[in-house]
Amino acid sequence: MTNDTRTDDRRSDDTTAERSGLSRRGLFGLVGAGVVGGAVGFGIDRVITPEASASGAAAVYPFYGEHQAGIVTPAQDRLHFAAFDVGAIGREELAELLADWSYAANRMTAGLGAGEFGAASGPYDSPPDDTGEALDLPPAGLTITFGFGPTLFDDRFGLASKRPAALIDLPHFPGDALVDGLVGGDLCIQACSDDPQVAVHAIRNLSRIAFGRASLRWSQLGFGRTSSTTRAQATPRNLFGFKDGTANLRAEDTAKVDSQVWVADDGGWMAGGSYLVSRKIRMTIETWDRASLREQERVVGRTKGEGAPLSGGTEFTEPDFALAGRGDAPLIDEAAHVRLAHPGSNGGAAMLRRGYNFVDGNDELGRLNAGLFFICFQSDPREQFVPIQLKLARNDAMNEYLRHVGSGIFAVPAGASAGRPIGAGLFD
Amino acid sequence: MTSRRPRMAAALGAGVLAALVLSGCVANDPQAEGSAALSVDSSGTECAVSESTAPSGNVVFTVSNSGDAVTEFYLLADDGLRIVGEVENIGPGIERDLVVQARPGDYFTVCKPGMLGAGVGKTAFTVTDSGKDFELGGDLEAQVDAANANYSSYVKDQVENLVTGTESFAAAYTAGDDDLARSLYAPTRVFWERIETVAESFGDLDPSMDLREADLEEGQDWTGWHAIEKDLWPAEAEAGFTAYTPEKRAALAERLVSDTDSLYASVQDLEFTLDQQANGAIGLLDEVATGKVTGEEEFWSHTDHWDFQANIDGASVLYAGIRDILLEKDEELAAQLDEEFAELQSLLDAQRVGDGFALYTELSDDEIRAFSDQVNALGEPLSRLTGVLVL
Repeated sequence: MTNDTRTDDRRSDDTTAERSGLSRRGLFGLVGAGVVGGAVGFGIDRVITPEASASGAAAVYPFYGEHQAGIVTPAQDRLHFAAFDVGAIGREELAELLADWSYAANRMTAGLGAGEFGAASGPYDSPPDDTGEALDLPPAGLTITFGFGPTLFDDRFGLASKRPAALIDLPHFPGDALVDGLVGGDLCIQACSDDPQVAVHAIRNLSRIAFGRASLRWSQLGFGRTSSTTRAQATPRNLFGFKDGTANLRAEDTAKVDSQVWVADDGGWMAGGSYLVSRKIRMTIETWDRASLREQERVVGRTKGEGAPLSGGTEFTEPDFALAGRGDAPLIDEAAHVRLAHPGSNGGAAMLRRGYNFVDGNDELGRLNAGLFFICFQSDPREQFVPIQLKLARNDAMNEYLRHVGSGIFAVPAGASAGRPIGAGLFD
Repeated sequence: MTSRRPRMAAALGAGVLAALVLSGCVANDPQAEGSAALSVDSSGTECAVSESTAPSGNVVFTVSNSGDAVTEFYLLADDGLRIVGEVENIGPGIERDLVVQARPGDYFTVCKPGMLGAGVGKTAFTVTDSGKDFELGGDLEAQVDAANANYSSYVKDQVENLVTGTESFAAAYTAGDDDLARSLYAPTRVFWERIETVAESFGDLDPSMDLREADLEEGQDWTGWHAIEKDLWPAEAEAGFTAYTPEKRAALAERLVSDTDSLYASVQDLEFTLDQQANGAIGLLDEVATGKVTGEEEFWSHTDHWDFQANIDGASVLYAGIRDILLEKDEELAAQLDEEFAELQSLLDAQRVGDGFALYTELSDDEIRAFSDQVNALGEPLSRLTGVLVL
């Protein structure tokens, strides 16, 4: 057995949830970024550089920590995102569900099975407590991130007084074409990994654990990250073929991350948490592909190859929105996406974007059902996502090629620790 | 659907095709191009072209701006004045291609950092005879002028019809003659949809006249055609929808009439360049692809077929106006566009009922699919039109 593949061996199980959680928590403070390599419990933890984690199947990100993993964690290549409706259960059962999810998430992110026996052992007359498709697979950088939707704070669980003011109901944005079945949810889970099977395995087992307490409302697979969340990662491309997320907040921008991503210490039970907004954005790639290179670059405001702003320079050159070309027209169009989304056009507001490309087969017209599953994290969506999206929805030249069909907003609490599951602050 | 030939040819540049035909074999190197590729370094003081000569045919100048001002690159005719090809607005550090179809002869290359003055590094450039056969006869400038004049007249004529049609529609709606108003709705909107890309270019009029309910932001007043559409076809509206008051009707009708008058005034002095006309045709087909073929434009009246036909009318007029120019540059593309336009029209004709069309909700899934496929079949070759014409 190598130390980077998953196992259902009981010996490994002994080393997981409680004891190693503490020790890894200690390590967390040491390495700062929260990236810890090597399988849990073998004593030789090592720091994995972001470069290594991009291809390193052995990368492990601890589930326990000050903040939940899967936010400033170097964006993995694959996503399985799921929103759940909580069934007819009470407050205590909800707390129990979150504790069970935390237990399983802590195990799975360490490369173990969802339950104590695993997929291939345990009582012979019982179904295995893990579904098994991730047996022999390394953790592949799996992170599991939990969030709470506005509807969780209605009168069902006595949580109304706990609803944070920032957990608003998102307004209708101009052009929204939301589909009922792709909107909202009481709970959400974002599972990211460099191996799609590992991410799917996580959602599958967590939804199995929830049966009878919560059920899937909608879910989304993503196959190519469209943002970089650390400086070491190259900027990937979205399905328009353009680099996406060049100006994204990065883990290294600690001051900005502290002010723009994490909820401050005075944020009550949400302190150390963040707010997640998800938008399923269908791209009408057929018409986009028929647009001239001139039009495509005008809409984005950057060159397609290098990703440089049209005002000049290279990818990471700050755009010069005032620089004019022929006829005194600005080189970066007034309606260009990069101009409208830029923090300078939004009072300094920025978000940590963590979106993924998707292709859900094709629609009934034979067009690829393709687009961007947009995910962003921020300390207050009222100051960040909402005003920025309102500006984009009104004026962005890109709207001609986009359609927002799904939407969600979730309060993502601080990280769990041994004995304190995700969301424990809700029930204090 | 009769047209089922492979369309890969449409994706290949004309230059690539020519090279394959000439060499008579399949290129081994997928990077190999049929075009002459040259690089241009535009600094603050120099305009260094990698070669001083190129064979006739497609010539690609990849212009890099190594200076610190916005630059432009020109290929000038032998008189050093007439512009054969240009690429502008190249920011510092940016690279952009100029692709021209160059005939044998003497030229000049020149860069214009800062976009001012006579430029720098003006150098003689020679295009040798490669033996490639292409004819650019006729007086292109006169043809472009004629196309421009014709399209300007067309736009004005359509808006005139829109003005009178809207007045009748508004009068019927205000008077509460809903049957008459409903019967005038789609046939009047046709005049808008035919020139939709032009009408949309007036940033304040379009949202006032043609906004769909989903396009509103919270608290925004809804005016224009679709606000009235919903009131005229209330059976399709959400539960609890109440009919507009006579006052609201009058206000909406008045606003629509005055907006249409503003549009009329705005189009009187419009002029259209060749690429604007080609892009207009492409834009109208995009309107079909994103709004009409999905039945979302006329959410309550389901009269999308009228809009569909009108968008195609407008695109056909634009195409017809520049078809002569295209014939000289790329006969094959013209033939393909002729065929795909006709194919799409035959699908539309099959939906005609009396003076109008079947409602969009009466279409079967297969029929909608056939429309969508044919819009794509026309859209791909149409998207090459601008590139071919301005080459």
